[in-house]
Amino acid sequence: MTHFSLQTGRGRAAAAACSPRELARQLACTRRDFLRTAAGLALGSTMLAPSAMARALAPRKKRKVVVITFGGGARDQETFAPEGQENIPHLMRELIPQSAFFTQVVNRGILGHYVATASLVTGVYETFNNFAAVPPANPTVFEYFRKDLRRPPSDAWVVAPSNGFNRIGESNHPSYGGGSGATVILPKHLLTAAMSGASGDFDHLLRDNYETPFYAPELGGREFELEQLENLLKLSVNDFKTHARTLSSPDELSVYIARQLMKQVAPSLLWITMHDIDIAHAGAYSLYIDGIRRTDRLCAEIWQAIQTEPEYAGNTTLFILPDFGRDADDDSGGNGFQHHRTGDTLSRTTWMMALGAGVRPGVVFDRAMESTDLVPTLGSMLDFSAALAQGKPIPELL
Amino acid sequence: MLPGDLKPEQFKGYPPQARKLVTGCVAALQQLPLTFVPSLLREVIDYDFKFPPERNAIEKELANLNSLSPSQLKEWFQGFAQITPSPKLESVDWVNSPGLFVEQLSAHLWATHQLDAFRKAAIEYAGRLQAVAPPEPPPVPRLGIAVIGQGVDAHEEPLFRKLRAHGGYFSRVNPENGLETLLNTVAARAKAHPAPYGHWYIDGGEEADHDSALTCVSYGALAPERAVLLRKMHGEIEKPGMGPEALRTLLAQMRPADLGMGKSGKGDEVLDRFQVKLLTEGSGTQIFSTTFAQWAARETLRRAQPLTLLVRFAPRQRQKPMNELLSASQTNADLDPAGSLVDADMGSYYTYLNQQRLAGAEKSSFLVWFEGHNEAVAIGPAMPGGTQSANPTDLKQLLSWIS
Repeated sequence: MTHFSLQTGRGRAAAAACSPRELARQLACTRRDFLRTAAGLALGSTMLAPSAMARALAPRKKRKVVVITFGGGARDQETFAPEGQENIPHLMRELIPQSAFFTQVVNRGILGHYVATASLVTGVYETFNNFAAVPPANPTVFEYFRKDLRRPPSDAWVVAPSNGFNRIGESNHPSYGGGSGATVILPKHLLTAAMSGASGDFDHLLRDNYETPFYAPELGGREFELEQLENLLKLSVNDFKTHARTLSSPDELSVYIARQLMKQVAPSLLWITMHDIDIAHAGAYSLYIDGIRRTDRLCAEIWQAIQTEPEYAGNTTLFILPDFGRDADDDSGGNGFQHHRTGDTLSRTTWMMALGAGVRPGVVFDRAMESTDLVPTLGSMLDFSAALAQGKPIPELL
Repeated sequence: MLPGDLKPEQFKGYPPQARKLVTGCVAALQQLPLTFVPSLLREVIDYDFKFPPERNAIEKELANLNSLSPSQLKEWFQGFAQITPSPKLESVDWVNSPGLFVEQLSAHLWATHQLDAFRKAAIEYAGRLQAVAPPEPPPVPRLGIAVIGQGVDAHEEPLFRKLRAHGGYFSRVNPENGLETLLNTVAARAKAHPAPYGHWYIDGGEEADHDSALTCVSYGALAPERAVLLRKMHGEIEKPGMGPEALRTLLAQMRPADLGMGKSGKGDEVLDRFQVKLLTEGSGTQIFSTTFAQWAARETLRRAQPLTLLVRFAPRQRQKPMNELLSASQTNADLDPAGSLVDADMGSYYTYLNQQRLAGAEKSSFLVWFEGHNEAVAIGPAMPGGTQSANPTDLKQLLSWIS
């Protein structure tokens, strides 16, 4: 062991044995082989692309997209590897058989949740300080979508549990911004406002990120206010509070709000960021596993809502992907599942599933792609130009 | 400032032994890249408060640097030399605050996509160093012991799933006087092979009676320090402009006296500093006892490289679900024994992995026991992996088989 460990919140570099490229390939193969045998999926490279099938399903005007970040990062061994499948029964039994599954999605950016999610949203590896309340530097998918398609503010929304995500809906790019982005709902923030004056233990609830306990940044930007709850979501503050008291986690609250949003506003572009899994930073493995199991269940609930809401049924594509993974057990620079600081292959290599309108179900694609490819893909699907994104459209979904 | 500008008098703020050590190799340090030197100085500056294996490693590394010719130094550090630091980094007082520099370097590497290049350079350097100055094998094979599941009556999912492949699983272990047997074994090794900080007992709860020959750290004994630390963290985070990174920097600067340690003047400065780092560098160690025990075992193995380590996990406080947090009723923190067992099961696996990273791993042995119950896994050179036994046995017998 040497002194080469960068022990900050952003990085810790240390030993690893074989080449990242080879490790990434092995990871992808593991996922593909497992999925093929366990879920009966076909290998995508042997099949024709879905192509026109998608376009025939719904007119572009009605086409909707929901993106869920399987938040906080989860590793293969707790999810798709044989020993982890017990933690994701809904993904395995209900969603994967209906999905196109991409086994090797590589994130080459900074592995902090806000900056990584901002990179997903812009299609560019953003480089700002993960813990700063700043907007992305590059245009977001919401700005491309609204500007090119002339969509109103009500058509693009973000639901994020962490207060640090309040600026993610809109960039400060000189050609965009200025109210052209998404409205951001921070359910925890709403709940705090709603519970104002009531007694209770809010310190834990307000915890903004699991890496640093007690930190709750000042808010700013274009966020959804408590007063709009009743007007837009048709939800009284009392009903909101009452329902919140029945929920066990911030992500459950986010899904509750997202479903209300789908029912009352029906945005065409909805982005939901999960975060419960990141409790792993506290080092308690059982809580990390609980977070994965809860997120698995909540993803299925969103998919169920898509099937049952008339505005979404039949014309919606759902994307589910982690923002990144977590450190490998065998990297001595990290501490296994607890963090995502080493920048090792396991923490950079994730997966993505796409299901619903325009997606050929039951197919596995194991070529390498980057997490920045999502935004250009959404652009191609919805007919807007993600002109400044670094990624490339995923041909298997077009 | 760049390493080429280094002068011996710039180290006058270092503790005495560290100063003496580093001023003897300034000429070599002057030839090294900025992306390397502060990482080394971050270790050197704490030399006076480090465990013997750490001191030994620093001395070997500096001696090696002194022995290399200018052309060899260039060859050894070419990977680091290719990494571009920012001008802002050059202005950091990296001689006296190397830790701060490394934090900022880390952020810079991520932001400029140079982290992979840094990893590659670090791995290559570590490999070269290990080849010329390999770690010394321990005088006796190491023994690691993990005791998990305190307070748990039964469990639903099988235990030791990750460790079974490495050793034998025993399902009829006599639990009688089990902890006492293990502590006596550890104490006997400490007496037979005395070494400073060579034999450890870590407890995630209140420490049991144990021999004074053992170095002991426990979550229970650190309760006052944890309370002080949490108060300080709350206080700091409420200050305007304070963010996670500023808080991290502040925590890194904390010393034992800041948490109320060492008031008698008779304390162990090395151990006190180690304990402070467990609480200030470990994420979750201030809140969850299972995290504390796992991280303490990891850091003990990484830094002190003990011959013997016994880590006993205890129930952690229960994580309250959101609906309870919203309720008006304030209840005392209750415990989560079942969740703690899952945490500790994984923690014991990590303890094993960390022990196996040390020199002499091929001769090391490891035992994990479900406290008060009949299940254990024993790992050692003579114990075939992936085996199981339902024959009656006891912990003493298992220890004899793996030692």
